Amino acid sequence: MDIIVLVKQVPDTTEVKLDPKTGNLIREGIESIINPDDRHAIEAAVGLKERLGGKVTAVSMGPPQAIDALSEAMGMGADNAVLLTDMAFAGADTWATSFTLGKAIEKIGKFDLLICGRQAIDGDTAQIGPQVADYLNIPQVSYVCEVEEIKEKSIVVRRRLEDGFERIECEMPAMLTVIGELNKPRYAHVAKLIDACNDKSPIKVWNSADIGVQVAEVGLSGSLTHVIKTFAPKFQRQGEVLEGETNEIVSQLIGKLKENRLI
Amino acid sequence: MTVWIEADLCNGCKRCIKACPYGAIELKDGKASILDRCTSCGACLDVCREKAIKTDVKQRAIPDFSDRKGIWVFAEQRYGTLSKVSFELLGKAQELAETLNQDVSALLLGNQVSHLSEILIKYGAQNVYIADDPCLKNYRTNAYTSIIKELVNQYKPNILLMGATHIGRDLAPRVSRRIGVGLTADCTELTIDPEEKILLQTRPAFGGNIMATIANRFSRPQMATVRPGVMAAVEKPGNKGNIVQHKVAIKEEDIGTKILEVVMEEKKGTDICDAKVLVAGGRGVGDAGGFKVLHELASLLGGEVAGTRIVVEEGLVPVENQVGQTGKSVRPELYIACGISGAIQHRAGMMNSRYIIAINKDPRAPILQVADWSIVGDLNKVVPEMIAQLKEIKGNG
Repeated sequence: MDIIVLVKQVPDTTEVKLDPKTGNLIREGIESIINPDDRHAIEAAVGLKERLGGKVTAVSMGPPQAIDALSEAMGMGADNAVLLTDMAFAGADTWATSFTLGKAIEKIGKFDLLICGRQAIDGDTAQIGPQVADYLNIPQVSYVCEVEEIKEKSIVVRRRLEDGFERIECEMPAMLTVIGELNKPRYAHVAKLIDACNDKSPIKVWNSADIGVQVAEVGLSGSLTHVIKTFAPKFQRQGEVLEGETNEIVSQLIGKLKENRLI
Repeated sequence: MTVWIEADLCNGCKRCIKACPYGAIELKDGKASILDRCTSCGACLDVCREKAIKTDVKQRAIPDFSDRKGIWVFAEQRYGTLSKVSFELLGKAQELAETLNQDVSALLLGNQVSHLSEILIKYGAQNVYIADDPCLKNYRTNAYTSIIKELVNQYKPNILLMGATHIGRDLAPRVSRRIGVGLTADCTELTIDPEEKILLQTRPAFGGNIMATIANRFSRPQMATVRPGVMAAVEKPGNKGNIVQHKVAIKEEDIGTKILEVVMEEKKGTDICDAKVLVAGGRGVGDAGGFKVLHELASLLGGEVAGTRIVVEEGLVPVENQVGQTGKSVRPELYIACGISGAIQHRAGMMNSRYIIAINKDPRAPILQVADWSIVGDLNKVVPEMIAQLKEIKGNG
């Protein structure tokens, strides 16, 4: 069972703040973490490998420091890792990103499963897994909450729906996106983490030439969507603060509800 | 390919810093300075009045899309019932279609679903493209993707909208890659640019800390998903629609997935997305006893109880009743936030509520700034008093 797992390094968005003057994100001093759903993807991959044999390759696209996320993935039990890093990859939308990742996966070669987290907390798009699967022309199941059975040429999983779940049999090679309900990710093993960080680290670093793509096909110039404006969310509300004794405030409030036909 | 600043020309006005979507320009010694994270997107070029920003990036040519017409909505149905988000998208599509003077069409895929077209027409569809076949009975990624690709290639729409449900979020990225177009996820606002006539797609990013407006200039249809509950459904009385049957020729062996079983899980109460009134609790509610009181208030108002991520994690509120970035987006008539500080992740899921009441003992809680009426006080006193007064009204009524 050879498994590729896609990992993204993201800013811990619970810590993100806006510069009140410029409206831009303040990025300095924000911790980078492995995207939470991707931890579940790594756990799923490593767990399957331990049961069935084979190897796990973690792949990430990002700036050079994203190597930390891959080291951690290896600490959790991935056997190999590939970092795709190149200034040419910067500013990519999901179209350009899925192309870049797809090219890298083609270079890695044969695999049985491609496992991704459902979505990344910085963009929340949930697009990369399905787009890479379509590029590779393999079937997919998203929102996987349980892996029931691995057969010779197919996998049986549960796909979470809003009001229940489906049991789906999917031919392999397949792409799965997983949700937190699937498993509890392990912590990185310290000795493995140290191995991943030393000079003889098996983490490969590939640029655009290594995966055989033109600069114009990737990054911002290969993207089909573009951010044209960013701004801080604004709210327009009546903003009335009710004051006084509790029973008075409440009767004022009930009055407002009546006035607006809410009761 | 780079963007650089001619320091002699820069007067330090900071317009470029505001315009940069990537936060990649800083003021150093009174002059703008470009940081490593610049992606050469060029957003700063036009705002510089001193023409101090230079680039060697060639402008990409925008292809001619004048043959692309029509606003399409993927009409999601499960087991013969249309999802509410399909009507919401049709509501928005009517507005966009009016601005562009184009038609609204619905895509209906399934098995023995043709009768649903009447409802889609009632909610604004002028054309309904139907693909009806046993192999489309349950949603399956590959089958639905193939059909939509055929329809798009044949009829060349300008805009394609889908709901950001567990189906839409599985299907939309797959379709976008298959037909070679960009896709913007989870939009909260869709408008037409008055000059370029392109779809401006606004969505939250970084956990809702920032809103980004995204354009899709280089491919058609312009694809976007919208979370359920964000747009409003609008009935169009007297609307007449055409029905176009699409011939389905898919082989079962090309689909790659089989649905072995569909298991519905019983739900307690109304879906919080459908509730008219929501009484939501956060960390400040404390324990199960606190939530019992919220349930009493909710039942008096004919509503449901919802919660923040933290109280869901503590098991005080079921996960399907979680409001926020990682939960659901809701738009009830009345949202009563009790003991919720109002982290941006939570506000992202409830800011479309018609009226918001906030009860919090901390006068600086961010939730108070987004409320219509706020009460700074102890919810353990305020909520029981509300219950008492509401009961009195009901008793007299």
